[in-house]
Amino acid sequence: MPARAGGLLVLAIGLLAVLFASVTVGARPISLADVWAALTTVDPDSTTHRIILELRLPRTLVGLLVGAALGLSGAILQGATRNPLADPGLLGIEAGAALCVVLGIAVFGISTLSGYVWLAFLGAGIATVVVYAIASMGREGATPVKLALSGAAVTAALYSVTSAFLITSVTTLDQIRFWQVGALSGRTMDILWQVAPFLGAGILLALTTGRILDGLSLGEDVARGLGQRVQLSRAYVGFVAVILAGAAVAACGPIAFVGLTIPHVARAMTGPNYRWILPFSMLLGPILLLGADIVGRVIAPPGELQVGIVTAAIGAPFFIAFVRRRKLAEL
Amino acid sequence: MNVSVQFAPVTLVATARRRLKARWWLVSSALAMITLVLMAVALTVGDYPLPVSDVVRSLLSPFTGQVDQANDFIVLGVRLPRAVTGLLAGAAFGLSGVIFQTVLRNPLASPDIVGITTGASTAAVVALIIFHLSGFAVAASATGGAVVIAALIYALSWRGGVTPYRLVLVGIGMAAIAAAITSYTFTRARIAEVQQAMAWLTGSLNGATFEALLPLALGLMVLAPLAAVLCRPLASLELGDDAAKALGTRVEVTRLGTLLVAVVLASFATATVGPLAFVAFAAGPVAKRLLGPAGNALLPAALVGAAVTIGADLIAQHALGRTQLPAGVVTGAIGALFLIYLLAAANRSGRGA
Repeated sequence: MPARAGGLLVLAIGLLAVLFASVTVGARPISLADVWAALTTVDPDSTTHRIILELRLPRTLVGLLVGAALGLSGAILQGATRNPLADPGLLGIEAGAALCVVLGIAVFGISTLSGYVWLAFLGAGIATVVVYAIASMGREGATPVKLALSGAAVTAALYSVTSAFLITSVTTLDQIRFWQVGALSGRTMDILWQVAPFLGAGILLALTTGRILDGLSLGEDVARGLGQRVQLSRAYVGFVAVILAGAAVAACGPIAFVGLTIPHVARAMTGPNYRWILPFSMLLGPILLLGADIVGRVIAPPGELQVGIVTAAIGAPFFIAFVRRRKLAEL
Repeated sequence: MNVSVQFAPVTLVATARRRLKARWWLVSSALAMITLVLMAVALTVGDYPLPVSDVVRSLLSPFTGQVDQANDFIVLGVRLPRAVTGLLAGAAFGLSGVIFQTVLRNPLASPDIVGITTGASTAAVVALIIFHLSGFAVAASATGGAVVIAALIYALSWRGGVTPYRLVLVGIGMAAIAAAITSYTFTRARIAEVQQAMAWLTGSLNGATFEALLPLALGLMVLAPLAAVLCRPLASLELGDDAAKALGTRVEVTRLGTLLVAVVLASFATATVGPLAFVAFAAGPVAKRLLGPAGNALLPAALVGAAVTIGADLIAQHALGRTQLPAGVVTGAIGALFLIYLLAAANRSGRGA
């Protein structure tokens, strides 16, 4: 127990360091003194202050919330579906968001990032409801295998429609290709305020699901024997995961890999207890996301690599090395 | 009297076996009929509708010598290559998918999920956008990409042996890297090139010719029988590594051999028609649900793949009037709807997965 609490503390310190780095590192390096000055006595004429307040800070905060949300929703989905490969992409969340954003661009001519937010959120929500409805038809309700299959089926169907639009409309393709990578750049305070209530509430709710997930991860029969109402528990934790992942994809576009990798790393650090896996995932998620964002800012000057590319480029080899070294717990 | 009581369980097993065998034949021949009918429709329907008699005459014209140049060109030069491409590519995807899912014992572990088709796509996109290649060179790059990524996945999962679980996870990791390379290339390219690559990525049977089909046809001729030979140990692999070993299966060799066949099948199919969404993923589960516990799903899965691909291409060509969609747009939708229907049907009869 003390070891895990200590681990949590180390991660919290690490996250703090990454947060500072995210505000200070970039095309224009900024000292911590400047950051402090910008936060306390704003000078509207100072370019440095404007960079901090309008670019770095919103981006860092969005990264913090989205990273935590992705880590938590991945952990919840893996626990609830008992599938180690579960991640937010599995339930059609990303495909639904992508289709709605594409529709918004192609049909309604929406072209701002903050306009995409509601579209993506809407699409993510609808897609998951459909996936869940299909999976829960029949006697046993939404079992993990049925959820995974119906998620994959709905994802494929939605991507078909999306690609039909993209093939017939060049302008839509031109805009969507930059959203589709997943990025933190260009995220302003507006976007932060749009998604922060959902992410904040979702994160708080997620942290309370540990007991339920511990029960569910023992298997349906044991969970029922322990007095859980399995269907209800699954629906509840699923709802929380969807709020988190939907808001995350709304804010940043689809970011691969954080939701899949982080829970595995957290599980290796803590063991199979979800009451520990969840807080570890919550801290590890933003460390990976913001760390990747910082790397993306400095690696290819004067341009930037979008964070979605970096998370895959850093996250995937790390994940593979991890898979090789550990005997990962089969869920 | 006593004797018959003693043998009752044996007859029971024998009857059950016979029933399963009958079901296998029923499902397979029904699927084969559907595929044939769809091919026949593909040959007759179009902007220039032809009656079946004319189609048959055209198909036989190389033997009978009764030539009608316009009709022959449409049937033999345009529609037949397209239908045969659909048949072979769909069958290859279906076979490859069902082999992957069986060997790796996970319904999600089809070549499109574990990174094989993703690797092929990335190689093709890089070939199109960065090296400005076209035609056969793109197809060759796609095949190369699939084989390279498959080799990497296998090598990276090797640790005194390969477990299916590790293979799937490493595959997903490699798929993420490949997908990121594709997205990155997309953000750095001119939009016209992106559009061209996007069309390739969706997968279509447009402009199919017999020449372009040759590698896939040869590949299937060699690999399909090989898959059939390898399918016996496959059944014991499904029971788990330990049980398979106990039954005398050489687990590692069988797994490597079957996966190799599946990878080459998927890569040839992807090189020929692009990564047609969902055919490889859906064919296996669909075939298995139709079969129930009735044995080997290789042939039925191949037939499902072929039927879905040909059917999807028909819809893509004719559903929206003059607007032709790439087949990949429709395969995803059809495969998905059918899988959903099967999930629902299984639920109704109380056999929910």
